[in-house]
Amino acid sequence: MKLFVGEGNPHGVKVLAAAALWAEHVHINRLQQEEKIVPFMSQPRLPALDLENGNYLFLSNAVCRYFYLSSGHDVCNLSNQWLEWEAVELQPALSAALYAHVVQGRKKEEVIASLSASLSHLDQSLAGKPSPYLVKDALTVADIVVWGSLYPLIEDASSLPEEMKLLKHWFQTVSQLEQCQKAVSFLMKDGGSSVFKPYLQKQPVPITPSGKPTCNEHEGEDMASLSEEDIQAAANAWAKGLTGAQKPKQRLHPILPVEGEKNVLITSALPYVNNVPHLGNIIGSVLSADVFARYCRLRNWNTLYICGTDEYGTATETKAMEEGLTPQQICDKYNAVHTAIYQWFDISFDFFGRTTTQHQTTIAQDIFHRLLKRDFLLTDTVEQLRCETCQRFLADRFVEGTCPFCNYEEARGDQCDKCGKLINAVELKKPQCKVCKKSPVKKSSKHLFLDLPKLEKRLEQWLEKSFSSGDWTSNARFITRSWIRDGLKPRCITRDLKWGTPVPLDGFRDKVFYVWFDAPIGYISITANYTDQWEKWWKSTQQVQLYHFMAKDNVPFHSVIFPSCLLGAEDNYTLVNHIIATEYLNYEDGKFSKSRGVGVFGDMAKDTGIPADIWRFYLLYVRPEGQDSAFSWSDLMLKNNSELLNNLGNFVNRAGMFVQKFFNGCVPEMELLSEDKRLLAQVAAELQQYNQHLEKVRIRDALRCILNISRHGNQYIQVNEPWKCIKGNQQEQKRAGTVTGVAVNMAALLSVMLHPYMPTVSGLIQEQLLMPQESKVLTTDFCCRLQSGHQIGNVSPLFQKLENDQIESLRKRFGGGQLNGDNTEPQVKTESKAPPCQEAPLKEAPKASGPERVKELMQEVEKQGNLVRELKGKKAEKSTIDTEVQKLLALKKELALAEGKSPDPPAQKGKKKK
Amino acid sequence: MAVKELVALEKCLGLNSGKYSSRAQGAGKIPVLQTNKGPSLVGLSTIASHLVKEAKKEELLGSTAEEKAIVQQWLEYRISYIDRASSKEDIRNVLNDLNHYLKDKVFVAGNTVTLADILIYYGLHPVITGLSVQEKETYINVSRWFSHIQNYPGIRQHLPSLVFIKNRIYASNH
Repeated sequence: MKLFVGEGNPHGVKVLAAAALWAEHVHINRLQQEEKIVPFMSQPRLPALDLENGNYLFLSNAVCRYFYLSSGHDVCNLSNQWLEWEAVELQPALSAALYAHVVQGRKKEEVIASLSASLSHLDQSLAGKPSPYLVKDALTVADIVVWGSLYPLIEDASSLPEEMKLLKHWFQTVSQLEQCQKAVSFLMKDGGSSVFKPYLQKQPVPITPSGKPTCNEHEGEDMASLSEEDIQAAANAWAKGLTGAQKPKQRLHPILPVEGEKNVLITSALPYVNNVPHLGNIIGSVLSADVFARYCRLRNWNTLYICGTDEYGTATETKAMEEGLTPQQICDKYNAVHTAIYQWFDISFDFFGRTTTQHQTTIAQDIFHRLLKRDFLLTDTVEQLRCETCQRFLADRFVEGTCPFCNYEEARGDQCDKCGKLINAVELKKPQCKVCKKSPVKKSSKHLFLDLPKLEKRLEQWLEKSFSSGDWTSNARFITRSWIRDGLKPRCITRDLKWGTPVPLDGFRDKVFYVWFDAPIGYISITANYTDQWEKWWKSTQQVQLYHFMAKDNVPFHSVIFPSCLLGAEDNYTLVNHIIATEYLNYEDGKFSKSRGVGVFGDMAKDTGIPADIWRFYLLYVRPEGQDSAFSWSDLMLKNNSELLNNLGNFVNRAGMFVQKFFNGCVPEMELLSEDKRLLAQVAAELQQYNQHLEKVRIRDALRCILNISRHGNQYIQVNEPWKCIKGNQQEQKRAGTVTGVAVNMAALLSVMLHPYMPTVSGLIQEQLLMPQESKVLTTDFCCRLQSGHQIGNVSPLFQKLENDQIESLRKRFGGGQLNGDNTEPQVKTESKAPPCQEAPLKEAPKASGPERVKELMQEVEKQGNLVRELKGKKAEKSTIDTEVQKLLALKKELALAEGKSPDPPAQKGKKKK
Repeated sequence: MAVKELVALEKCLGLNSGKYSSRAQGAGKIPVLQTNKGPSLVGLSTIASHLVKEAKKEELLGSTAEEKAIVQQWLEYRISYIDRASSKEDIRNVLNDLNHYLKDKVFVAGNTVTLADILIYYGLHPVITGLSVQEKETYINVSRWFSHIQNYPGIRQHLPSLVFIKNRIYASNH
């Protein structure tokens, strides 16, 4: 065993003396400063004895006692009493005295005087004894413990009060013991009590024993401060039931604004067509907007939620060239991809359109004409890169070169991927045409500009109004303000491209509108494609509240440029009232990256086997509201298992089960006691919070309210134990009925509150509880919506546990790492060298089959595993089992390879193993 | 307080009630037991250890020298740390240390229940009563141990049984 003592720690004296007196085989370690030796103690505690079997002693009296016991002694009642006295009475007083003397420089006589009560207790106890020791007639652990405490301060018996002769004699006797002297010189090196100074200075100022605080008195838990009125109001609302509550409204297309009602128009940023959205894109706009749209519909507001793919622009043209398709074909292909992804995520668009439509052309050109007529457009020549080989100007992504800022060699014409700075294509060093790799020449080209400085004043006036009346997230306000503060400059609205809305003006007919001018108009044209009465939403005198949802990088286009265009058009367009912008969602510790294969993309989410509602829940739970957040696999598992399975799912399931099992599926009679009413008030408070948060589009906060309600529910059930009451007397059975009835009503309320977040789960609960249509309505109070007598259906669990292995393999699959790292290289090369038409199959192949193969192998492994278990169960011959086990091991190895390392594991092998 | 606790311990040990008084010490009170033979005994852990011996249940004090020292260490911890915890922070520290200590343990000392379990249980009872469900989940090992001890036959006595939730419902505590 090892004894650790700290340099200058006064408690070392007694343990060293006790060790010298009674211990064998103890190895003494002297530590220069306080170190953490005892693993379970948060603070370093010395002296400490490591018993080297996982046990530690960290109180010096216990160490002394152990040495004493291990030498064959017994500790009697009186010794116990001395040890307890030392710990409770003497030690606190001594610590304070030593501190006062050594650190604060008080006189020794003075501080010893403050100990007089303890010292005279000792003196008196020694009186009338034949021996000079505290207990019986021999030296015991009691003497060492008490002496060891006193020694650092007293040192010399002469410091003790003159009249305490017995005490002085005792102190001297013990001090003269050889072992005690050794201990003292080991620790104090004849340096006097000042050796304790560095140690004591680091200790908190000891509380003098007279100020000893009272124990075991704790303030009550700060339960939400519910007043009696709150509780009474909650009870009244409960009793009222659904009478007077609004009836759920049916969605009838086309949805149009209604005069005098609340009309909400919701858009989510139009996703760019040439890419598959990743989870960050999904949470940033479409999913967030979906939650809000569903909430608005629950409130019976006239709600129209539209979105669509943004299809024009250079990126589409580049992509089309890569894949050897026409831009239109690319748009069709990817529009379908997007549609499928959003369908899987259960995004409830009222209409999901696209920007390549006739309406888009008509409306964009109309706005353009109006701006032109009102003199808000300027003409200017711009230096641009032109590829003479391809006979065209190289806009944005058609040109690559070295970044003028960071010298990254593959910077694009509009932005550098490495340093993120915006680039003017002509500033690129060593520019290259992306198609033919020749260097382009600088040529000037005439372009049209939106005269933003001329519109600035109007814009500012409108912004002021919108800021004050609308719910703009703080990042949206901040970004907008900084744009205005830096002063607006004219912005080019035309581009030398073919794939876009044509510019209807002589001299510019070979050009198209730049996407940032064109794309937001998509909101209007998509609405026009939804209904020919689109002007009721976009140009109406009706009160329409317009909400734009997006990630923060999109803010300026929605808060400055688009409103400027609409203001300049002077056509009574609906302007945005609320901009809801999210921060960024990271993936594990880094960023999502399509090119490196890092992160989960929309189309892969369903291959994970995790239901869409779980994805929705987790993404909304970590929604980057206010600050960046990150997607993490292990956190996803944790949230699923704790919040969904253990908290929400467990509560809803138990509530339903009790009704089913104890009351034949019939909601029992409820007779509320005051504690039930208290619960009602708690739930009502959470519900109120939920509504307040969602009205302000604080989506993540509102989700917490839902989870809080089920937490309250779990506690309620746990405390009231209806499963026990039901077996009791009549009164207890009645109690079980009340608790069950209230709980199942909470579950019903939760199903409604959950609808915006997890529509499928919400529907499932409502189906299990056989909730009537009129009860699927969001109320402002918690009322009894399943009255006693209501028959519920079959109850089954809502969520499944996610296992560690499953999550680990998913993390590997989507982690980028070697598998994808190896793939990136050849992909980039083929992109640049091979003829474009060969691109598509090459690109698709590894991504589509990789996860499939893993899945296949996983099934194989499971099958083989079952076979082995079966054989073992049947006690089959050892050789048979062994062969099958070998097969299983081989399969597992292969699976590991497919998941993590080998870029190209042999695909056929797995199948042969059958 | 301490006297009430000792009476509960006597019942738990199957002893007849002894004669107790209290002696003021600082702002607190220290229990004193008037014994039939010999002088009176002072102090909670001294009296409790004495009662255990009286009841001939020495195993509650630990069987080896090591176990005995550990039991007494935790009795001292009880009276000088748990009972002296005055601020919320002190209480948090105590709960933190105990939670860490009990991570791989069923009982405070050794493999059976000891006096250390009983007195720490008594001492922590008012603390645990004041914890929210979330805090109970934070100090999950303390909760597990506490729930185990309060259900141990005879120990709980007059103290109300506290409720613990088996499922974790707070995500942030992992």
